[in-house]
Amino acid sequence: MNRYPLWKYATLLVALLVALIYTLPNFFPEAPAVQVSSGKATLKVDAALVPRVERVLGEAGLKPDFVRFEGASVKARFDDLDSQRKAKDALSKALNPDPDNASYIVALNLLSRSPTWLSALHALPMFLGLDLRGGVYFLMQVDMKSALVKKAESLTGDIRTLLRDKNIRHTGISRDGNNVSVRFRDTETLVAARTLLLNQLPDLQWQDSADGSDFRLVGSLKPEAARLVQTTAITQNITTLHNRVNELGVAEPVIQQQGQDRVVVQLPGVQDTAKAKDIIGRTATLELRMVDESAEARAAASGSGPVPFGTERYVERGGAPLIVKRQVVLTGDSLTDAQPGFDSQTQEPVVNLTLDAKGARIIKDVSRENVGKRMAILLFEKGKGEVVTAPVIRSELGSRIQISGRMTTAEANDNALLLRAGSLAAPMDIIEERTIGPSLGAENISKGFNSVIFGFAAIALFMCVYYQLFGVISTLALGFNLLLLVAVLSMLQATLTLPGIAAIALTLGMAIDANVLINERVREELRGGAAPQVAINTGYERAWATILDSNVTTLIAGVALLTFGSGPVRGFAIVHTLGILTSMFSAVVFSRGLVNLWYGRQKRLKGVSIGQVWRPQTSVPAKG
Amino acid sequence: MEFFRIRRDIPFMRHALVLNVVSLVTFLAAVFFLATRGLHFSIEFTGGTVIEAAYAQAADIGKVRTAVERLNLGEVQVQNFGSSRDVLIRVPVAQGIKQSDVVSRVFAELCRAESGTLSAVAPSASSGESVTRQTCTAAGAEPVRLQRSEVVGPQVGRELAEDGAKALAFVVAGIMIYLAFRFEWKFSVAAIVANLHDVIIILGFFAFFQWEFSLSVLAAVLAVLGYSVNESVVIFDRIRESFRRFRKMTTREVIDHAITSTISRTIITHGCTQMMVLSMLIFGGPTLHYFAVALTIGILFGIYSSVFVAAAIAMWLGVKREDLVKAGPKEVDPDDPNAGAVV
Repeated sequence: MNRYPLWKYATLLVALLVALIYTLPNFFPEAPAVQVSSGKATLKVDAALVPRVERVLGEAGLKPDFVRFEGASVKARFDDLDSQRKAKDALSKALNPDPDNASYIVALNLLSRSPTWLSALHALPMFLGLDLRGGVYFLMQVDMKSALVKKAESLTGDIRTLLRDKNIRHTGISRDGNNVSVRFRDTETLVAARTLLLNQLPDLQWQDSADGSDFRLVGSLKPEAARLVQTTAITQNITTLHNRVNELGVAEPVIQQQGQDRVVVQLPGVQDTAKAKDIIGRTATLELRMVDESAEARAAASGSGPVPFGTERYVERGGAPLIVKRQVVLTGDSLTDAQPGFDSQTQEPVVNLTLDAKGARIIKDVSRENVGKRMAILLFEKGKGEVVTAPVIRSELGSRIQISGRMTTAEANDNALLLRAGSLAAPMDIIEERTIGPSLGAENISKGFNSVIFGFAAIALFMCVYYQLFGVISTLALGFNLLLLVAVLSMLQATLTLPGIAAIALTLGMAIDANVLINERVREELRGGAAPQVAINTGYERAWATILDSNVTTLIAGVALLTFGSGPVRGFAIVHTLGILTSMFSAVVFSRGLVNLWYGRQKRLKGVSIGQVWRPQTSVPAKG
Repeated sequence: MEFFRIRRDIPFMRHALVLNVVSLVTFLAAVFFLATRGLHFSIEFTGGTVIEAAYAQAADIGKVRTAVERLNLGEVQVQNFGSSRDVLIRVPVAQGIKQSDVVSRVFAELCRAESGTLSAVAPSASSGESVTRQTCTAAGAEPVRLQRSEVVGPQVGRELAEDGAKALAFVVAGIMIYLAFRFEWKFSVAAIVANLHDVIIILGFFAFFQWEFSLSVLAAVLAVLGYSVNESVVIFDRIRESFRRFRKMTTREVIDHAITSTISRTIITHGCTQMMVLSMLIFGGPTLHYFAVALTIGILFGIYSSVFVAAAIAMWLGVKREDLVKAGPKEVDPDDPNAGAVV
């Protein structure tokens, strides 16, 4: 009765193997590495950079373990700190000839020494949280109200232009909070205006109110449009933050949305909050200017002549220099949106820009006079400008501009993103901030690790002494639980924090309960005079109901923490909840497997090594 | 080895009344301290700033305090943290002070008090990771170092407090519903009363000693709540089983028998968990200190309350055999020799 079918042993073996493989990467120490990522919003790092990095390193006489493109950066791993530093210097010099205008960020990083075949299986070590690694954490609140007000403001301008274009007379347009109200003299104009506005501005819903001689139309943003404004605002802010954080040279920044209107920024390794805040809070600007296409300008662009008066030389994305007039046609403030799309006729990828009313009026005048000429869109960051794109003006332009030509879909996406990413869609405030020193992080790792090890050792010692072979089996099951838990966390690529380590410790301390329950039940059955094989079987079976029960209540607490907890508590809750689940498997199925393997084959089992079983009426000598 | 050589059922319930009075008194004392002293909430709940600074030599708390008070940041607390060289400074949220500047201002002041100068350096980290930080140098040495800082806006704090309360309510409701399904309402009320009594007592300890109540302590309280309810569940399971097996026993005897037969498991399990918690208390450092303290109190009172409070309340509420042993296919014990065939 205490025998598992072969497939059950096989399943256990497979689980053990998988757990081992995925836990393994965590044990490899970290090796120094150099990471090259893009330093400019307009530059994209891809696999093509790998041979270049290899060449530079080869010329410097350095032998990296490997050079690999991963995520959005190229990483090279080294054996020692010395070659890491040399590699960083060599790469910075080769990739950034002008140190004041760096196109690439060359940062020091740490990479796991785990062999490539493990990485190929996606067996990667867990991330260490900031409290274990040191770094800065910001929680930023996006001011959604101002994003909505900004939207309403731009709609007000649009309405004014629309009504003027159609010659509908109004007696005033005003913005009141997020609403726009338009006043008319009579009902006819109001009706005419309403039809027009309903057609042209699908984002608004209208309500008319008349008091006395005053006829009013009040427009408010539709809920779905308002939601769209908010989601666009937050994604745009995140993109902008990414661009800015890149500049800090942080190896692995984390920028994530949290909830509806918050952004989390984590910068491992950074200790200087003042500098980080300064960079995060900076604004980038977008400018539209005309390209100078005169003969002198062409000569200046090719480098054979001086830059003409009143113009500046910029480098277009892709490398070609361009001479651009100093006079600014429009600034990014007038740009309300930029979206990638497809041309309705040619099916070519395009970028659709939307300008506000003021911008549309200016661009209309400028474009009418400059059909056939090129207009440059420049992005200014850190006081340095770069041409994002310089399209040719095909016809007179209005509030909606389409940029097309020689773009792939991916490029159209990038361009749209860049045009939007210049500035923050809505202001952000830092509402939470944490800094953890690197030495404190290392201390926290060793403290957490020690707690788990010594606690585990104490439990293991007690179990082995008190329950003998069953105790050894319980300890093995507990070890298997730890292995499974770490494997699952590594598979999920969870971030390990100090509360997470505390949860591992606590979960192990609680998980032993299942084995204590089983062992006590088996003893009880033996005390009651059951034959050893029967005792094992009924012991396990009876304990199972109780184990299930006790885990359900603990699970309720875990789920509550997971639902309502935030930050460190969430880390605790994830580990705790996963640990409860893995413990049920390891404590019951795995330990039973071991017991079956040991005792199941013996037909005439005389005794079980579960420690002394004391009986109230000691007529039968206890089996040791 | 066998620790528990119990010949006869221990008459736990004989002393139930006395112990319940003791429980009530402890409970009332906890409520009293909670009401009068209140919990010492960490800045995670109240909003504010915490700065942990490490000094090269043992820190002079008085000097640090005068230095920080010079900034007029309101009611600032300065205390040692972990060792005599580490200092923890708490700055409350105050009107008219820009929270985001507090850390740099305080650190600059601490540095000045040590007659050092601030500079941003990127020390060559031995780990091979690039690290830049504000460093205070005086005469070639680094007298004080910023270890950790934490700034929480008042709004975040309020939300965390609300979420904490919600989590507690969710756990209590979830466990009650589960127990009501699993057992009878008397048991579910008894278990919840017993475990809330634990929670209040843990909170009472924190109020009495004015220990810092942080998010991790809240996590510990909730974890312990789930954990000690399962203790009650194990005992109630046995009570139900005993009601079926020993038809001649009175309710009091059944309860005594159930507790006696589970006591060894209770002690061993809790002992094991406590060993782990003790290890955290010893090796976990100041960050895990109160987490482990809350767990310790929770575990100790968890044993006591499931044995004496939960079972006793169930007894006072008048559980009867008929409440648990109902006719019905689900309730029939498959091992009961008197049970008929189930179709």
